[in-house]
Amino acid sequence: METALAGAVALLFAASIYLMLSRHLVRVLIGIAILGNGVNLFIFTVGRLTREVPPFVAAGAEAAAPGIANPLPQALVLTAIVISFAFLAFLLVLGFRAHQELGTDDTLDMRIAEPAADAAPPRGY
Amino acid sequence: MAVEASPDLAAVYAAAPAAADWLVVLPLALCLGGGAVALMLRHRGYQRAFAMGVLAVLVALVALLLARVLADGPVAMTMGRWRPPFGITFAADVFGTSLALVGAVVALLAAVHAGPEVNEAERRYGFYPLLLLLTAGVMGSFLTGDLFNLYVWFEVLLIGAFGLLVIGSERAQVDGTVKYAVLNLVATTVLLIAITALYGLLGTLNMADIPAKVAALEDGAPIGTIAVLFLIAFGMKAAAFPLQAWLPASYHTPRLVVSALFAGLLTKVGVYALLKTLLMLLPAEAGRLSGLVTAIAALTMLTGALGALAQRDLRRLAGYLVISGIGNMLIGLGLGTARALEGAVFYAVHSMLVSTGLFMAAGLAVRFGGTGDLNRLGGLYARRPLVAALFLVPAFAIAGLPPLSGFWPKLILTDAAIASGHGWLAAAVLIAGLLSTLAVGRAWLYAFWRNGAEDAPDDAPPRTLPEPPARRAALALYGPTAVLAAATLLIGLVPGPVFTLASGAAAGLLDPQPYVEAVFGGGTP
Repeated sequence: METALAGAVALLFAASIYLMLSRHLVRVLIGIAILGNGVNLFIFTVGRLTREVPPFVAAGAEAAAPGIANPLPQALVLTAIVISFAFLAFLLVLGFRAHQELGTDDTLDMRIAEPAADAAPPRGY
Repeated sequence: MAVEASPDLAAVYAAAPAAADWLVVLPLALCLGGGAVALMLRHRGYQRAFAMGVLAVLVALVALLLARVLADGPVAMTMGRWRPPFGITFAADVFGTSLALVGAVVALLAAVHAGPEVNEAERRYGFYPLLLLLTAGVMGSFLTGDLFNLYVWFEVLLIGAFGLLVIGSERAQVDGTVKYAVLNLVATTVLLIAITALYGLLGTLNMADIPAKVAALEDGAPIGTIAVLFLIAFGMKAAAFPLQAWLPASYHTPRLVVSALFAGLLTKVGVYALLKTLLMLLPAEAGRLSGLVTAIAALTMLTGALGALAQRDLRRLAGYLVISGIGNMLIGLGLGTARALEGAVFYAVHSMLVSTGLFMAAGLAVRFGGTGDLNRLGGLYARRPLVAALFLVPAFAIAGLPPLSGFWPKLILTDAAIASGHGWLAAAVLIAGLLSTLAVGRAWLYAFWRNGAEDAPDDAPPRTLPEPPARRAALALYGPTAVLAAATLLIGLVPGPVFTLASGAAAGLLDPQPYVEAVFGGGTP
């Protein structure tokens, strides 16, 4: 099962890298969203998958029996989901604002901060 | 129904932390709480005074923490009385706490400097809460002892940074923020991938628990891949070559006080995390990557210095000089010797102060000259001699000229490079220093020393310039810049205390045993 999920993670990573190589900001943002989901699945997978053994400690026992599901990756995934959701929301608004202000979503045309035809620095000393 | 005998709770929980140990988390609680309160005060005029007060208390707290760390060794606290390595640990060592102290001072000076720089609308938009949030992220990154928690603090400082970058919403700012945001978010995601892979391999995230578990790994474990992922993620954060393009694309766009704050804090957090994860947690891999990292260090230094020479905008020039400094710090990681690490940590302390000072002084030049363009600036020395002096001090310090603070770390780094047989690396330090000197010298000559712009006739009337600031505004503008310049000079003249901190930090990185013992309280992991 881990192997199948690892394959799924690889597919998500590949798709997100392909999208992030695009010149268009919207595709880059979709790539970032997919990358975030790929990482979440990755965290879930590295915790090792165990079915139907809840992580409870039996009455009277000092520690849980071996073979329980690992609860920590789920806490980590939850944190990562919240963070990537918040950042994606910010980036989408930023991308929208960029489109409003700059009139383009093509990163090659976004040259306000770094003008393409910038005059040379002073040559003398 | 019989009540079962409850287990002995004292054996299950860790001992309650001593009251003094709370000092490790107080800086974070203060920044986050202060930020929340500052948000509520957004309609009040005293919001800035409140933020400055919070940051002043922060400086005092971190100074207390540093005094304690220097006296008793690393201080650790694990949340919720979980036994380490299960709970989230905060651990202050000499390296992290020294940088946290300098960072707190820089944040306080930025809050003072922000008064005349940030207008009323931008203040209400949330400048000071975001500043405190960013500071919380920086403090958290320096003080945490848990890798996943480190990722969370990176995201906290990142969201604060996004907000500060885009405040004002000018076209160039939106453009710069898009590039900054996308690249930094990808970098933190790569960081998360690296942390996850390490967790999958070791089953732990606690920094004190990792060195022993890594040493016990069998051959063939993909630890080298993880080390490279850390190098990519933190290298991107630190703006190391070839992942530095986002810095000159964005640092000159926001309010100048924001640029100054970012230049002082953000890239150094990346360098800190890089040194800590690779040298302390994965020392064998750091040794294996040594050749690559020294090459990156040399290329970063030279790209930064050459980039600075090619700029005509004062602020972009300062941004490239920040990149050049990152290369100097990476020498510590590349060589991995105690001497090189002392130089790197010394350089980090120096660089936090000097980068901020240089950006603040460049901001003053832009403010009084009306532009940051070297081809159009001129004659500022005659009108604002103080600004000219305040620019010259950090500029020469960043180039590494004595008697300023940049001289000592460069001396140590050159010495360490030669001692470990990397003569070409020492040459790179010196060449980058020479190129930086040329860049800042030319900037100073053009912006301050010459009479006027190139095409202007000699007897042309001076361009109309902004009015001199009122007394209070002048104090807020010149004060922090002067404090930073004075600190640079002081460290240059009396390098002893910073050198003590640097050697303590280097020792802590090379031998994590005291750190591990502080986290585990002397017990076995």
